[in-house]
Amino acid sequence: MKMPPAGNPSLWSFITGSGLVAQRFFSDARDRLTLAELADGSSLEDDIDSFQDRSVLILTERQLCAALALAQLDGVARRLVLCPPDITPAQLPNIIARAGVDIVLADGPLGDKAGAVAELRLSRCGAKIRPADRPLIRATATEWLLFTSGTTGHPRLVVHTLDSLAGPVADGVAVAKDAIWSTFYDIRRYGGLQILLRACLGGGSMLFSDPAEPVGAFLRRAGDGGVTHISGTPSHWRRALMSPAARAMAPGYVRLSGEIADQAILNNLRQTYPAAKIAHAFASTEAGVAFDVRDGLAGFPAAMIDDAGQAVEMKVQDGSLRIRSSRIAQRYETLDAKALADADGFVDTGDLVERRGDRYYFIGRREGCINVGGQKVHPEEVEAVINTHPAVQFSRVQARPSPITGAIVVANVVIRPASLAAGTSFETVRQEILSTCQQTLAPHKVPAMLREVAALDLTAAGKLLRQGA
Amino acid sequence: MPSDLATHSRTIRDVIMEQIVVIAARQSKPLASLSDDLPLMESGLDSLCLAVLVASLDDELGLDPFSADGDVEFPVTIGDFIELYENAASR
Repeated sequence: MKMPPAGNPSLWSFITGSGLVAQRFFSDARDRLTLAELADGSSLEDDIDSFQDRSVLILTERQLCAALALAQLDGVARRLVLCPPDITPAQLPNIIARAGVDIVLADGPLGDKAGAVAELRLSRCGAKIRPADRPLIRATATEWLLFTSGTTGHPRLVVHTLDSLAGPVADGVAVAKDAIWSTFYDIRRYGGLQILLRACLGGGSMLFSDPAEPVGAFLRRAGDGGVTHISGTPSHWRRALMSPAARAMAPGYVRLSGEIADQAILNNLRQTYPAAKIAHAFASTEAGVAFDVRDGLAGFPAAMIDDAGQAVEMKVQDGSLRIRSSRIAQRYETLDAKALADADGFVDTGDLVERRGDRYYFIGRREGCINVGGQKVHPEEVEAVINTHPAVQFSRVQARPSPITGAIVVANVVIRPASLAAGTSFETVRQEILSTCQQTLAPHKVPAMLREVAALDLTAAGKLLRQGA
Repeated sequence: MPSDLATHSRTIRDVIMEQIVVIAARQSKPLASLSDDLPLMESGLDSLCLAVLVASLDDELGLDPFSADGDVEFPVTIGDFIELYENAASR
């Protein structure tokens, strides 16, 4: 057994530093490999030393390949930029410039992204292990760059380290060494990455989901693979519980995060998985995991607010939850240099809470940012697309609460008087707007409902009136 | 009266079936052949389509049996889904 190096251990030391590497595994719908195989070889096409101090954009299609890249390059590369699968070719140049990317790591053909990375060194990281020498030293404090959605359609880059990301793992959730973790999330998002880290740091295994896989097939694969611990958003879980295969797996631990967990989903999970511990967690990419709630009730105990001396301190100011802890990200990697935390080190999560009795409940987001199944939508970004239609004078995009995905995106549109006078049919305009939105926006951002209205309310400052949604 | 109830039930079923077809077409999702036994998650509708369906039915029928009082049992098949709305209407 290899011992983890002293100080600032890399992810690799957690993966290879356990006596159980022969039993531990990573698997997806196509491949399964043990960590013992990984410990003795490499899935990288190039020599690992050629990644020393580089900024590496992980642009793999498969989550398994992204996880292998993280495991092998943490402590070696200067930066690892974890690119979620829905990043578009048009967003890449900005990301590459901000993150100073000099190597692109892929697991197959880059398709429509090839042009955007043509100038950079391209290297491969597949799921097959070949024999290889290991570097002796993994001493680099690698920065991990994650994405959050930005208002202008350009994602923001959030800078973490393994330490800030792994902070929440020591939260007292007792986990057996032979735990098999899985998540409905993509591991290139904060919520999914947390689960990969729990599997790696806690001595367990990891079974990856696949966006192309129907939910029933994934649930059966998770059951066959013996998954013991599994996480997802409330929307993921609603979808799972509506599948006839929900009982194909029997996890001992069920986790919800990324959205408001209402009492209906908590009750339904309890009924479907009576033996499981069920926890709902609050986390954001910027602030990290703040807490989890394990009593099966929606909301969280009011006693958690202003409770000094905890690893994570929370307060409520101007109605929104603020968090201070060592788990918050270092900074945003942006040119506009918006401060991530206030002068006291608290991050404003933008999530509005309301106290009822001895519990706080989440009631929505500040600034009308919409949470659709755990994915954030900024109304301004969608409005900008709608407003490109020549017949549109104004539009306002807002959330409509949904018991299925938390919220859906709806749009109210004011048609120009000239277009009305010319007899333009709203049905035609609706089809044209939707088709433009479908071509330029991710599916969860496309308005699910589009209505014509005669006017929109403006604030005193002349801005569109938005309510918390 | 049983005949009124039957008419009402058929109406709810018709509205649901019609909305499923409209929403699937709008979201460019190919639909499986719809039957009561078909699991919702295998119908071709994804979570987003289902969310839109529930919102549309709230507008069309004035019913949202999912509204979170914690008691709703999630439907697995199209038949379960229709029954959920029929039960909500008869309450």
